[in-house]
Formats: sequence, structure tokens, C-alpha cells
Amino acid sequence: MAEAQKNPVPVGSTTAGQIAVAAESTVATRMSAPPSFDVADFPVPHGREEEWRFTPLERLRGLHDGTAVANGTGVKITVEAPEGVLVETVGRDDARLGKAGVPVDRVAAQAYSAFETASVVTVPKETVLTEPVRIAVHGEGGVAFGHQVIELGAFAEAVVVLDHTGDAVFAANVDFVVGDGAKLTVVSVQDWDEKAVHAGQHNARIGRDAHFKSVVVTFGGDLVRLYPRVEYAATGGEAELYGLYFTDQGQHQEHRLFVDHNTPHCKSNVAYKGALQGDDAHAVWIGDVLIEAKAEGTDTYEMNRNLVLTDGARVDSVPNLEIETGEIVGAGHASATGRFDDEQLFYLMARGIPEHEARRLVVRGFFAELVQQIGVQDIEERLIARIEEELEASVA
Amino acid sequence: MATLEIRDLHVTVEADNATKEILKGVDLTVKQGETHAIMGPNGSGKSTLAYSLAGHPKYTITSGTVLLDGEDVLAMSVDERARAGLFLAMQYPVEVPGVSVSNFLRTSATAVRGEAPKLRTWVKEVKGAMERLHMDASFAERNVNEGFSGGEKKRHEILQLELLKPKVAILDETDSGLDVDALRIVSEGVNRVRESGEVGTLLITHYTRILRYIKPDHVHVFAGGRIVESGGPELADKLENEGYEAYVKGGPVSGANSKEGAA
Repeated sequence: MAEAQKNPVPVGSTTAGQIAVAAESTVATRMSAPPSFDVADFPVPHGREEEWRFTPLERLRGLHDGTAVANGTGVKITVEAPEGVLVETVGRDDARLGKAGVPVDRVAAQAYSAFETASVVTVPKETVLTEPVRIAVHGEGGVAFGHQVIELGAFAEAVVVLDHTGDAVFAANVDFVVGDGAKLTVVSVQDWDEKAVHAGQHNARIGRDAHFKSVVVTFGGDLVRLYPRVEYAATGGEAELYGLYFTDQGQHQEHRLFVDHNTPHCKSNVAYKGALQGDDAHAVWIGDVLIEAKAEGTDTYEMNRNLVLTDGARVDSVPNLEIETGEIVGAGHASATGRFDDEQLFYLMARGIPEHEARRLVVRGFFAELVQQIGVQDIEERLIARIEEELEASVA
Repeated sequence: MATLEIRDLHVTVEADNATKEILKGVDLTVKQGETHAIMGPNGSGKSTLAYSLAGHPKYTITSGTVLLDGEDVLAMSVDERARAGLFLAMQYPVEVPGVSVSNFLRTSATAVRGEAPKLRTWVKEVKGAMERLHMDASFAERNVNEGFSGGEKKRHEILQLELLKPKVAILDETDSGLDVDALRIVSEGVNRVRESGEVGTLLITHYTRILRYIKPDHVHVFAGGRIVESGGPELADKLENEGYEAYVKGGPVSGANSKEGAA
């Protein structure tokens, strides 16, 4: 067993961001209520609970206390799928909903209690898609609750892009049910307009020898708070959870990950990277990994890195690895927050490279390894373009 | 002919909430094709001179002028100075994670030359320069200075010198931390650039060792924030035999740098 807390504060960094490293505590008991589909099982948060302490509740626009009510002008959902994929819109009573995980906080439970119809996308067994399934969630300015299910049959292979744009107050749960031997890559892009609020939970349940890759890309919105969660239905499953965020002035972007190693001989690898700039840019990263006593042979690693580009931004990065068995292959975590430092800038500029170009080089370099993980060319290009836009804005 | 003229340069630095004058009136002219060695004890301000010329924000110029071919260097930003033809090989090159050497070199060459070098000839140019510095081709794919050994960092600096072809090259303690083999390779690189006759070289060093490989035309002794004695190569021999003691203790700058001078 190797638990590494690598460089919580990088040498030479004078970051204005802050780092909080939690003492080990039980993942389950840190939540203020047990998981439930019913919003009534959760008290209205007051903000001091472990799972809410970083979140500005007043900016949730009522998603947390029942005052946000769906008004029919929330979001427009369009699903574009290649042949062989079954796309359905179903009612609340459909048996396929809620199989990958249970809401863990009041907002996710609110979404589950309030949605009217759900989208179910099924890739039948042994179907290998060559084009991605694209689910566009476009905010129309109102309040909406949603539920989506992506289910892959055994040995199916698919890439699914969840693309969030526009303006909305939106809470939703997304279930990913990955059949035995199947391979699912999900790219969830939060490219909201600046006023949007988005909260929700991504639940993945990974079948025997199945592979799940999630790439969460968060750029826009006033407040985005997501829970990517993974559990294993059988042995041999593998999860790769990647994330990129670019947190701008005034934005709150929170990613709370949980990998539940509840099954022997499964793997997980978590890597999230964020860049921050501007006053009151706030990024929160929580990485909870639990290796249960029965999960022998587990191999897991999680990493979060933050690049603080200007003064006034704040990062809270909390990796938390809880190990109940020593019979594992490996376990580790790392968190580092560093500043784009003046020495790097000086070095590049001393080679004739103008300041904005130097920043571009460093930020692109910082994100490069994760951008490559997306594997969907138009999304990669859009992402790089958005990074450049954000950087241009900071220079101007 | 390119000329760097430094006149009565005074530089301060902020340290421990106090302003400290480090350079106290430096006068020096470096012409194209010439090599000047600046030698001095630790803390004499040699590196401050190098970094001030390159425009490091830590240093404040309080008076004096620096002209490159008559252009006011001090009015230029760091990148403008580099594009005007100044090059600083750093004593402690900075790691830039996520940026590959090849990407960095090409971006830099594009900036300094004013246009992107043609890919075909560029690849050949870089490959050739790397081979001459005994650098493995895999080097280009590594991140700038990340995990480089001391010798690799210095070779990488000289690689940039060869590719960017500046008018004036300032080499700040390029010899420090190098073993004899690495010193020879790096010196050969510097000499190749000097042989073009198109570069003025300002070689800053604590030791005379590098001067066996890179022969200076002029040697200056730096102490207490300015040049206290200038001469030909024979001055280096004198320093080799006698050290800096005379300049630190008995010289006109006695006590000015007692703190650093003792190091």
C-alpha cells in the first residue's frame, strides 16, 4: 500500500490559491444523510455540512431548498445517435432508471424527485459504434430537472458526448450502465452561458471486465457542481475519470468524485486538472476513493492539479483515500496547486516569446495530456479554442 | 556592427523590505565579434548585471543607459530585448512543465526570426545543432528543463544560443556545475557561435576554468557592483593565481558586499 501526498504546495510556489487536505474520515459518514431517491430524506442544507461547505448555497437559485420549480422553459434536449442505437423518452416509472446509483445529496435527490421524462439511450450488446452519440442539453433560460440513462449491452462499444450549453438552472442525474466487457467513453462538456447553474450526479456501474472512461470538461456557468461516481458490478472493471476545468472570474466549479472499490480486482485512475484566473474564481475538487475490505487486488490512483494564473482565485483540493484492506496492487493520490510563475514567464519571454503567447504555451501544455483523452476531434478543437478565448480575455 | 553599450548602470533590488543597491555604476562596451569575460567573487553583482540586461522584473534600474546598436534596451520588454538580439544563457534555467523542447524552440525561433522557420530545414537545423552538442534526439520530446541534469540544462541553453543567433550573448555562469566533458561540449558550442564573428559574448564566471576553452579578448574584474579592473587574457591568469582577495578585502569596495562576499 502506498499512499502518497505529493507536494501539497509546490516548492517555490506563491500561490494565491488555497489548499485544504482533509484528515482521513469515513466517506459514508461524512454525508449528512444516507443516499436516497426521495428529496424529503435530505434536510435543507445550511452550508456547514461537509458536502456543502465549499458551495455558495445562495447561488444555487433554489435547487437546494425546493424553491426552484421546473417551468417548462428549462432545457431542450436533442439526441443524435448513429444507427443501431435505441433512443427513447420514458416516464418516471420506467424500470431502467436509477440502476447505476442513488442520489447522495439533496439537489440530486430533488432532480430525481422532480423530473418528468427521462432519456434512455441503449447500445445493444456487441454493437460497436464508430460515431459518437451526441446528447445536446441546451438551456432555454428556465428551471429544469432531468434524468438520462446510457446503457451498453455486453461487449458494446460507444462514445457519448453530453453537451451542455445555453442558460438554465438545471439539476440532473445521469446513469451509465456498462455491460460486461463493454467499453464506454463519456465526454460531458459544461459550456454554459455565464449565468447558468448546473448540479447533478453521474453514476457509473461497471460490469465484469468492462471499461468506463469519463472526461468532464467544465468551462461555463455561474455555478457547476457535479458528482462523478463509480461502482463496480463485477470483477475486472476499469474506470478512468478525467476532468478539465477553466475557472474564470466569479465562477464556482466543483467536482466531487467518488470511486467505490466494492469489488475485487478492479482499477481506477482519476486525473483532474484546472486552470483559474480572475477575482473570486473558485474551484473545488474532492476525490474520494474507498477500497472496501472485500476489494482485494484493487489498483487505484487519483490526481488533481491546479494552475493559478492570477491573484484572487481560490482552489480547494481534497483527496481522500480510504483503505479497508491491505491486499491491493496499489493506491495513491496526489494534489498540487501551483502558480503560473513569473520565472517561467521570464524564461519564455527571454527567448523572444511575447507574454500572451507564453501563457498560451504553458496552459495548453498543462492541459494537453487530458485533451488527448477526449478522442472526439470537434470537441478537442472546441476545447482548445475555448482555452485560447479565456486566455485572450485575461490578457485584454 | 552590433554594439552593446552599458553606461553608468545602477540597479537596486528589494530584499527584506529594504532597497539594496547591487550595481553601482557599470560601464562596458561589447562589440560584435568580441568576447568579454566578467569575473568576480560571489555576491559581487555579476548575475544581477546579466538579469538586468535581460529585463528580469526583480531588478530596478535606477540610473544609467543600455544601448544595443543605439536602441534603448531599458525601454524594451523582456521579449522585445530578445527579439532585438540579446540572449541570456541562464545559470538556473527554469522548468516549464507541459511544454516540449521542440515546441519551445520553434515558438522561440519564430518569435526571434519574425517568421516561422520552414519545417523541413528547421528539423534538419535542430537535429544538427543537437548532434553537435551530443544531445539525444529524444531530448526534443521532453518538457523544457523538466528533470534535466545540470549538464543537460546548460547544453539546452547553448542549443538555443546556436539556433537563435543573437547579436549579444550573455552567458551567466554557464560553466557552473559542469564536469570537464560537459564543459568541453558546451564550450565548443559557444565557440562555434563565436566563430561566425557575428556575436558579441559576455561570459560571466566565477572560475577561470572555462577560459581555457573559450578565449576572451578582454577580462574584467567585477567587485562591489562594478568593474574594478580591466585587462587582456593575462588578467585571468593573475586571478587564477591570486584569487579575488585583493578586490574583496583591500580594494576600494571593501565591506560593500561583506555578507555575500564571505560565501
